[in-house]
Amino acid sequence: MTEEDRSRDVSQPLERLHPNERLKAGSNYLRGTIDEGLADAVTGGISEDDNQLLKFHGMYQQDDRDLRSERRRQKLEPAYQFMVRVRLPGGLCRTRQWLDLDKLAHDYGNGSLRLTTRQTFQFHGVLKRDLKRTVQGLNAALLDTIAACGDDNRGVMCAVNPHESAVHAEVQSLAKTVSDHLLPRTRAWHEIWLDEERIADSGDEKVEPIYGVTYLPRKFKIGFAVPPVNDIDVYSQDIGFIAIVENGELSGFNVCAGGGMGRTDNEPDTYPRLADVIGFCRPDQVVDTAEKIVTIQRDYGDRVDRKRARMKYTIDDRGVDWFKSKLEARLGWSLQPAREFRFEHNGDRYGWLQGDNGFWHYTLFIENGRIRDEGNYRLMTCLREIARVHGGDFLLTPNQNLNITGISPGRRDQIEDLIRECGLCDPDHYSVLRRNSMACVAFPTCGLAMAESERYLPGLITKLEHIMETAGIGDVPVTVRMTGCPNGCVRPYLAEIGFTGRGPGKYDVYLGGGFHGQRLNKPWLDNVDEKTILEQLAPILHRYARERHTEEPFGDFVIRAGYVPEVKQGRDFNSDY
Amino acid sequence: MQANSLKHRSNNPLTPEQTELLERLAAPLSPEQAHWIAGYLTGIHASPQTPSQPTATPLTILYGSESGNSETLAEQARRRAEETGLSARVFDMADYRRRDLRDERLIMIITATHGEGDPPDPAEDFYHFLHSRKAPKLAGVKFAVLALGDSSYEHFCQTGRDFDNRLEALGAERIQERVDCDVDYEDSAHAWIEKTLSAFAGHTETAASSPDNIVSLTEAAKRAESTVYGKNNPFPAEILDSINLNGRGSDKETRHIELDIAGSGMHYEPGDVACILPENHPDIVNELIDTLGMDASASIHGRNGETTLEEALRRDHEITAVTPPFIQAWAELADSATLREKAADGNRRQLLAWAADRRIADVLREYPATNVDAARFIETLRPLLPRDYSIASSLNANPDEIHLTVAAVRYHTELGYREGVASTWLADRLEPGDTVPVYIKRNKNFKLPADQGAPVIMVGPGTGVAPFRAFLEERDYQEAGGKNWLFFGDRRFRTDFLYQIEWQRWLKDGLLTRLEVAFSRDGQEKVYVQDRMREHARELYDWLEAGAYFYVCGDAEYMAPDVHRALIEIVRDQGGLSNEQAQEYVKQLQRDKRYQRDVY
Ligand code: SRM
Ligand SMILES: Cc1cc2nc3c(=O)[nH]c(=O)nc-3n(C[C@H](O)[C@H](O)[C@H](O)COP(=O)(O)OP(=O)(O)OC[C@H]3O[C@@H](n4cnc5c(N)ncnc54)[C@H](O)[C@@H]3O)c2cc1C
Ligand SMILES: Cc1cc2nc3c(=O)[nH]c(=O)nc-3n(C[C@H](O)[C@H](O)[C@H](O)COP(=O)(O)O)c2cc1C
Ligand code: SF4
Repeated sequence: MTEEDRSRDVSQPLERLHPNERLKAGSNYLRGTIDEGLADAVTGGISEDDNQLLKFHGMYQQDDRDLRSERRRQKLEPAYQFMVRVRLPGGLCRTRQWLDLDKLAHDYGNGSLRLTTRQTFQFHGVLKRDLKRTVQGLNAALLDTIAACGDDNRGVMCAVNPHESAVHAEVQSLAKTVSDHLLPRTRAWHEIWLDEERIADSGDEKVEPIYGVTYLPRKFKIGFAVPPVNDIDVYSQDIGFIAIVENGELSGFNVCAGGGMGRTDNEPDTYPRLADVIGFCRPDQVVDTAEKIVTIQRDYGDRVDRKRARMKYTIDDRGVDWFKSKLEARLGWSLQPAREFRFEHNGDRYGWLQGDNGFWHYTLFIENGRIRDEGNYRLMTCLREIARVHGGDFLLTPNQNLNITGISPGRRDQIEDLIRECGLCDPDHYSVLRRNSMACVAFPTCGLAMAESERYLPGLITKLEHIMETAGIGDVPVTVRMTGCPNGCVRPYLAEIGFTGRGPGKYDVYLGGGFHGQRLNKPWLDNVDEKTILEQLAPILHRYARERHTEEPFGDFVIRAGYVPEVKQGRDFNSDY
Repeated sequence: MQANSLKHRSNNPLTPEQTELLERLAAPLSPEQAHWIAGYLTGIHASPQTPSQPTATPLTILYGSESGNSETLAEQARRRAEETGLSARVFDMADYRRRDLRDERLIMIITATHGEGDPPDPAEDFYHFLHSRKAPKLAGVKFAVLALGDSSYEHFCQTGRDFDNRLEALGAERIQERVDCDVDYEDSAHAWIEKTLSAFAGHTETAASSPDNIVSLTEAAKRAESTVYGKNNPFPAEILDSINLNGRGSDKETRHIELDIAGSGMHYEPGDVACILPENHPDIVNELIDTLGMDASASIHGRNGETTLEEALRRDHEITAVTPPFIQAWAELADSATLREKAADGNRRQLLAWAADRRIADVLREYPATNVDAARFIETLRPLLPRDYSIASSLNANPDEIHLTVAAVRYHTELGYREGVASTWLADRLEPGDTVPVYIKRNKNFKLPADQGAPVIMVGPGTGVAPFRAFLEERDYQEAGGKNWLFFGDRRFRTDFLYQIEWQRWLKDGLLTRLEVAFSRDGQEKVYVQDRMREHARELYDWLEAGAYFYVCGDAEYMAPDVHRALIEIVRDQGGLSNEQAQEYVKQLQRDKRYQRDVY
């Protein structure tokens, strides 16, 4: 399409756009009929339209898919329940809040907490009649769910531990500032969930100065990374800020734009894409830069086809140069040339680490981010105990793990004992391969899942571990990521070995992702079962064990060895080879 | 023709005058004339708007879709059909009314496959129905199937194949070969649609002359034969389906049971009751025989002639509930003074309380008797009585079927676990394919208003909701204009909302005007149907004033009296009446048959 083609964006009359655009415009700033829906006693669900709007409030209607057919036969509606996602910019959470969340999960949720790949908490299994109480409980804990989902700027990522250094603290607070700045301004959330008095709103622009009545064409994601750690997968974000630290000082950020993972099977014009680095800006220019990029996507993003409504396509369809000049025109100043930086990995650093100020930090591996008590593995109880004694904070990592931050030297032993008592670091929860793996939620709650993920990956990992052990590379980190569908919620297209679900027990398999998130992987096997997966992977892993160069990551090896071609840009992801 | 026996049909719905007229008209008719009238009459029913116009056979396009591809194609097919002058209707299989299938002539199916060769979620019900023994014969139907799929799956287009085979197996004629489309389905799909539509175009004769209308007339005639079944000659009905309506985690079990009465000529109306002759649990029979030290195979003269002791105890006699007559009789056999003492008049109260906790076997153990002869023992027992169940279906909506809603009776006493004979026999020991002895009991005092426009209020918590399902099916079938308001209650919303999706569908259709639910174990405070009635006192009173009929079904011990009290209060407060006047108002409702109860 030509750069200025406006046939599919917000400039068009609503009738020409996707029904969701009409819905948003007619929703009176995200109010819709959610109130009535909550009051309807005949169903445990809400209308499809309200469900679309509910996302902007941080909640999703779901149903227990394990029970779906059984209940249909019983003439019962699906076991409707809700997923509630907390907004937690930068993934920071106080110990008090942890205890409150733990209680809410038991009172209203399914007794578990889920740490997500964007550093926040999710409750699952909340019934309609408990939704309001849940949100009010969060509000009491000084938390909310505004824009945790929906066509708006989602939770801003920033996995840096503020206690680690002054620079880290500065980046963290910037992330928070950007998040606050891009928050929807409508009072709908407060009215519906906190019964706030409705004040007549005055004129459209006033209500949503940045977004307008139809908000963004699609979800929007921003993240901050501090080299050498690329734990947030900065290139997968719509906007990524890469901190540039020069002689101990934060001089600014390289700005990258147009990343995204989501794709759809059998639709080659949908694909994962890595963000392009388009320049450098000073810390004081970050908020402005973020806002202007958002407005470009607001004005030019595709509002006809939601599958192509992400900014990555806006940029690919018009070119990076077009995008950059648009941005600079709106900013009224030019980005400086990008500066030097170096990433080493996109995983987490586990175990103990001491910050500048002498305080300790412990990063704990949480398999697939699921926190619950299972038999004698009493993770949830143990973390509750830690929260009780631990004075500092918790930092949720982008790899679904947990960083217990700011442990005073005096407390270190106590925390360590608790961790040991609860067996949180015994080997079978702790192999190198497992620690570098992630799975999305998928069944039974995710409505889009086509195959198991969270409930299945642990077992598959055990089998892969065995192969790697026998190949003598049990200690070599390889990133493995699995999702139950091609949406890519754990950024599987950046994994060295990626899986996305196609149907029950069937997966597409990808190879060749970059170890520090710098390169997309490539589709390798199509719609295969476990047997095939193991049969096909085993020889490659053995050969890797024999032929790898020192320090050569698996993702690089499979390309050198010719199993898959290198993917240089998102457009090539689907091309044959 | 059947007409000359009309008068003697017990259930002839016509007035004497109408009967007269019909007989005068029918007598001299030639077969063709009869044909035409048949079509004309069904025509009236099918499309009240255009009574005299025999409508052209419509093409019915059914789609099964999850991600929308098949749906889109189905819509396109309909548009193309209209363009080529074919009248066509599209249905999501999820919304299609099964019973309409009997009347279809031209069917196009467009379906995807999901899961591991499974039907798309929304199509599941229809798929299973069509593959079940309940699927109608489809002789005379022409069909074609388009299958969407993805060849990278093991079971490529499985669902399409299944429908294709099944329709043929049911006697329908394939007028276009199935095409299995891969993910790049557009072109092949459109080509297929064009071919298939022109194939169908050849077969759109008018409804009036299509053969199945006579069938439906003689069907009706057959059904009209009044039933002759009763306690002593029940009809052995095959169980078509048996479903636990309570979701996982419920502490109740309520069974939805579908019985096949095809060929029985049995006829019933909404509000009627089905009587089931149960069997006792073999374990209890054996327990009894052992306690008595008798021989199971001993032949005795039972109520139905010569049988074995085992058989007689299992099928003919009540062998759990302890009754005063039994106690007296057993007191003699056991020659027990204490028992005689118990059984003596005067202390009947204690006697009943004592009996309620016990089963016959308990009594035999507490008061043993030596060498009792089988025949004499049998005489002490009461015959095993039929159990009544309010019919949960409308015969019009479910030809040849009776649906029941049965709560499994299970409870504990000091002396241990107890279970109801009939309800647990149905729930635990019978499955589809087995037969149940059944006959119909009319209930003139629990009937829909003759006036189809009259508003109806139904209060039916728990299994009490059964007849109201029949009421609504019937009003749906009649396309009755009257408003319908249901009050339902049970323990928990999530697991005990009996027939939830059916009520929801009827609310969506507008058939059910209002639905109030009360779940007693969800919140802190317990709410019951009578509480909901009070909450809506004003509207409820307005409905009554507007001529509404008020029905109550279910528990006689607590619910019915509570509802009755609430009704009187509402009338009193909303009508500004005194207590006496309010009671009179309600009495009058009863006299006018506008307040009817079926409680147990
Ligand atoms: C919880 C989480 C996965 C996890 O295991 O941690 C998740 C879970 C869901 N994602 Fe996601 N996404 C999660 C991170 C991601 C990411 C990773 C990231 O952002 O870094 C991606 C890929 C990046 C991207 O956006 O391209 C991602 C791409 C999607 C998509 C595809 C979007 C697209 O552009 O195609 C969908 C589907 C959609 O939006 O239509 C989706 C939709 C969903 C939903 C809400 C399903 C739905 O729409 O009904 C899932 C809820 C499942 C459940 O039962 O909880 N989720 N989702 C992550 C929550 C992050 C957060 O706290 O906000
Ligand atoms: C007109 C009419 C319509 C009916 N409609 C329905 C219907 O639609 N659905 C339905 O499920 N039932 C219905 N019933 C009730 C049904 O007829 C049976 O009574 C019921 O199913 C129990 O029969 P059973 O053989 O299983 O139990 P039985 O073997 O007859 O045992 C029942 C007896 O057990 C005792 N008992 C039961 N519960 C307890 C307890 N908790 N504590 C102590 N003792 C107890 C009582 O003495 C009770 O009479 C209806 C009854 C009538 C009269
Ligand atoms: C989870 C899932 C499972 C599927 N399983 C099968 C299968 O077993 N066999 C098949 O032929 N197609 C299968 N398909 C492919 C679909 O049938 C195909 O995408 C079709 O076009 C969907 O049509 P619809 O949009 O009407 O649902 C599957 C698709 C999904 C999403
Ligand atoms: S990747 Fe797909 S299955 Fe997994 S959580 Fe996201 S949407 Fe659900």
